[in-house]
Amino acid sequence: MKMESSIVNARVARPSAGVSWPAALTVLLFALLLLVPVYASVTDSSYVLLQFSRILVFALAAVGLNLALGYGGLVSFGHAMYIGIGAYCVAIASHYGADGGVLHLLLVVVVTALVAAPVGLIALRTQGIAFIMITLALAQMFYFLAVGLKQYGGDEGLPIRQLSRFGALTGSHAGLYLALLACLGASLLLLRRVIRSRFGLILRASSMDARRVRAVGTSPLGYRLLAYVLSAELCALAGFFLANLTAFASPAYMAWTASGELIIMVLLGGAGTLVGPVVGAAGFLLLEEGLKGLTDHWMIIMGPVIVLIVLFLRNGLWGMIVSPREEH
Amino acid sequence: MAFRTTMLVTSLALSMGLAAGPAQAEVKIGFLATLSGAGAALGQDMVDGFNLALEQNGGKLGGQDIVFLKEDDQLKPDVGVQAVQKFIEKDKVDLVAGVTFSNVMMAIAKPMADAGMTFVGSNAGPAPLAGNQCNPGFFFASWQNDGQAEAMGQFATDQKYKDVYMITPNYQSGRDQVKGFTRFYKGRVSGEVYTQLGQQDYSAELLALQAAKPAAVWVFLPGGMGVNFVKQYKQFGLMGKIPLLTVSTVDGSTLPALGEAALGAYAGTFWGPDFKNPVSEAFVAAFEKKYKRIPSQYAAQSYDSALLIDSALKKTGGKVSDKKAFRDALRAADYASLRGAYKFNVNGFPIEDFYAFQVAKDNQGRVSLKTVGKTLSNHADAYVGNCKY
Amino acid sequence: MSPQLLFMQALNGLQYGILLFLLAAGLTLVFGIMSFINLAHGALYMMGAYFAAATFGHTNSFLLAILAGLGGAMALGVALDRCGFARLYPRAHLDQVLATFGLMLFCNEAVRMIWGSAPIFMSLPDALSNTVMVLGTPYPLYRLLIILAGLLVALGLYLLIERTRVGMLIRAGASNRAMVAALGVNIGWLNTFIFALGAGLAGLGGAMVGPILSVQPGMGDSILIMTLVVIVIGGIGSIRGAFLGALVVGLVDTLGRTVAPALLGRALEQELASTLGAAVSSLAVYVLMVIVLAVKPEGLFPVKKR
Repeated sequence: MKMESSIVNARVARPSAGVSWPAALTVLLFALLLLVPVYASVTDSSYVLLQFSRILVFALAAVGLNLALGYGGLVSFGHAMYIGIGAYCVAIASHYGADGGVLHLLLVVVVTALVAAPVGLIALRTQGIAFIMITLALAQMFYFLAVGLKQYGGDEGLPIRQLSRFGALTGSHAGLYLALLACLGASLLLLRRVIRSRFGLILRASSMDARRVRAVGTSPLGYRLLAYVLSAELCALAGFFLANLTAFASPAYMAWTASGELIIMVLLGGAGTLVGPVVGAAGFLLLEEGLKGLTDHWMIIMGPVIVLIVLFLRNGLWGMIVSPREEH
Repeated sequence: MAFRTTMLVTSLALSMGLAAGPAQAEVKIGFLATLSGAGAALGQDMVDGFNLALEQNGGKLGGQDIVFLKEDDQLKPDVGVQAVQKFIEKDKVDLVAGVTFSNVMMAIAKPMADAGMTFVGSNAGPAPLAGNQCNPGFFFASWQNDGQAEAMGQFATDQKYKDVYMITPNYQSGRDQVKGFTRFYKGRVSGEVYTQLGQQDYSAELLALQAAKPAAVWVFLPGGMGVNFVKQYKQFGLMGKIPLLTVSTVDGSTLPALGEAALGAYAGTFWGPDFKNPVSEAFVAAFEKKYKRIPSQYAAQSYDSALLIDSALKKTGGKVSDKKAFRDALRAADYASLRGAYKFNVNGFPIEDFYAFQVAKDNQGRVSLKTVGKTLSNHADAYVGNCKY
Repeated sequence: MSPQLLFMQALNGLQYGILLFLLAAGLTLVFGIMSFINLAHGALYMMGAYFAAATFGHTNSFLLAILAGLGGAMALGVALDRCGFARLYPRAHLDQVLATFGLMLFCNEAVRMIWGSAPIFMSLPDALSNTVMVLGTPYPLYRLLIILAGLLVALGLYLLIERTRVGMLIRAGASNRAMVAALGVNIGWLNTFIFALGAGLAGLGGAMVGPILSVQPGMGDSILIMTLVVIVIGGIGSIRGAFLGALVVGLVDTLGRTVAPALLGRALEQELASTLGAAVSSLAVYVLMVIVLAVKPEGLFPVKKR
């Protein structure tokens, strides 16, 4: 129960400040993000594009995790595993010469579903701390599996010689960025639809009090499983983009610390809000880079910053503007 | 609202507005190393070594002012790729250097190759980059990853050990090292044990080892794993009873933590702090004076890479614009290295000597590495045959 | 593998289990009674090791080093509790995970700044660094001492929990927290006591393993995961569960690492056997945890809630 109460506590009613603050701000955010390729072409530097592409990759993964964690109350400490699966699907297919973009996407979707469904079924038998530990354990298993796979590079990783082929867009930095942005936008729209639907209602109700949902005659398991698989698919899609961005797949993408960082990004932005994870991912990664530029010992500032945010910003950065309840 | 905007804008400004250095900069070097997290000790040594060379030359190499840009890859390949992309696109460096770990090295090879960037590495030397993924612009001032294991293999053959029991973690580097060792060891391998990456307690493996009663033990356990293993090897009473041959396990970064527990262990590598050539002696003295510790080989490698760059810049008159000329100058390796004489192979890896060392007290009573003898002369790596460009 | 070797490996497993128990006991108490997930528990273990190593470096006294590790970690625990952790106790688990994760990052970096990134030195006094013959095999004396020390601590905890007034309050708090507060017990000081006790146990564990393991930044991270596995398997809030769970995990992990490759080596050819063996051994404990959770989600020896 305690696990889910953070989401409940977050739903503190706040006077609505206008016709639709969240929507306006979201549009502004996307407009700013659209400016990045423009800035890049004007200054003739594609580094900014690459930097923000990486941010968008993790934003997409965080949005995916948010579905399970923020709305479903499922604290999965193993979602980075799906980023890794997405990346390895691209890398291994490419390794064998199959580099069609659509093929890669299909592979990512199918393999992820095949993994996420049984993993979800096993994990969802538990709740609370046990759920966290099981998802962590299963993710560790996949991590060690990837490290042990020596024909695919093992811990040294697998370079991707041929990126996913999408005609003229292949290997284009701007193309990748815009595709990422489009996917992110589409995911947010899809999630908005899902959350407002009956499915979303039952999911959120299950996260608040599963017993009552059962008392009404609905079994939460199916809804949670579907939410889990869908969130895994979004993370795997992020992994697909990461592989194309770095031309590399590595077990490091799946380390348990990576899962921890994803959770931080979601909470930093605001769990249970739609756009929160995007802001959280951007904030976390930009802060990290900013601090790294200041000192080698940047972690000594990062640690307390995270603690302070938890202590004082209960709803995360985005949650300061938008209460989770208002979005629905 | 204001807070969120300020924080975002500040971070954005901080990360995008980092100045590239003084306006007079002549040659920009982007140095990538692991400076936080698990491998930070090695990365820090590498930076210290390079900085010492810069300091000794008044911040110049080859007569040119050096702008030294340092980035931390956090042992994450995707962060390494982004850092290199920053070096190439934003900072517009003239060459990339350093790189502590092989997985980051493998990730950054492609972006550097695509950009035609010249690279001078001073630690990681993974096999694919010595073989079929070699690049005419990449130079490795250290050694190909298998080299140290091959040296120990030759040492074991020379010592005529009847059989060797091998222990290493279960990952690609470990397997490569095993292959390297057995390439040169002609005796029998009586045990091949793969431990967990990051494992701390080796009592189970040590008991099994004791029961097997081998003539010698060989391990590749870098970093904390090595400290754990050697400490426990000593406590099981095995040190001194069964010879311990190591690779990347006892070195300048782990010996301070091991102290006398490591006395008697053997190690194989290309350089030791007791080398008797003037360049090495001057380096060790200067490093000890500045950093108050015995330099590890990682510091020595980076220091030497700076000397290499210095020699190349002298040859081209300080110009890096003619890429081919600069690379040819690097390939010539025309300088006095702290390891002695060496040449570059066609794949950019050195053809150099390897030695066996033993952990012993130096003439100041400190625990250090003592040269036992040369085991491989003018040694080329095993992958160069696959390098065709 | 001879039965003699098997017994010795089991002894190893026992010793690893005892170490895990020292950490798990503190963690499970804090989690069970205060409902507080403390990811910085591994950092407290690390600080115990560092305090011990630093003291040993200055005084060359092993006893002082152990006391410094234990005391230093306890003091740190009290300080953390009084200086803000108490705010986190009523918060949701997720917030606690996040905050203590941040603290863990901070501790790792602080240690790196003070002592450097490379491992630091700690060794055993000569008197303790011998081997003794167990079943005809030399075995480090110090490891036997660790087993002894751990059993003494377990006994001490048992006496504390079952035979003292404070222990009674702890047991009551594990069963029904609200009731204890309602009965007028100063729950704030009880919390501080429990947290300090847990921190002290972690620090003691760190100090004891300082001589045999590498004392370096981040040394607590991997053992933290194992500790969490132990308390999940054993049952949260239960010291008995922590003890038995730790022994089970220690044995499964050690035997998994040694027996599995040996068995596979007999059936398959060398290289495949060693690869599979390594994979099985790293997964053995996780598979155990998944099985336990599937069959008995509250753990093997849960505390009975009223």
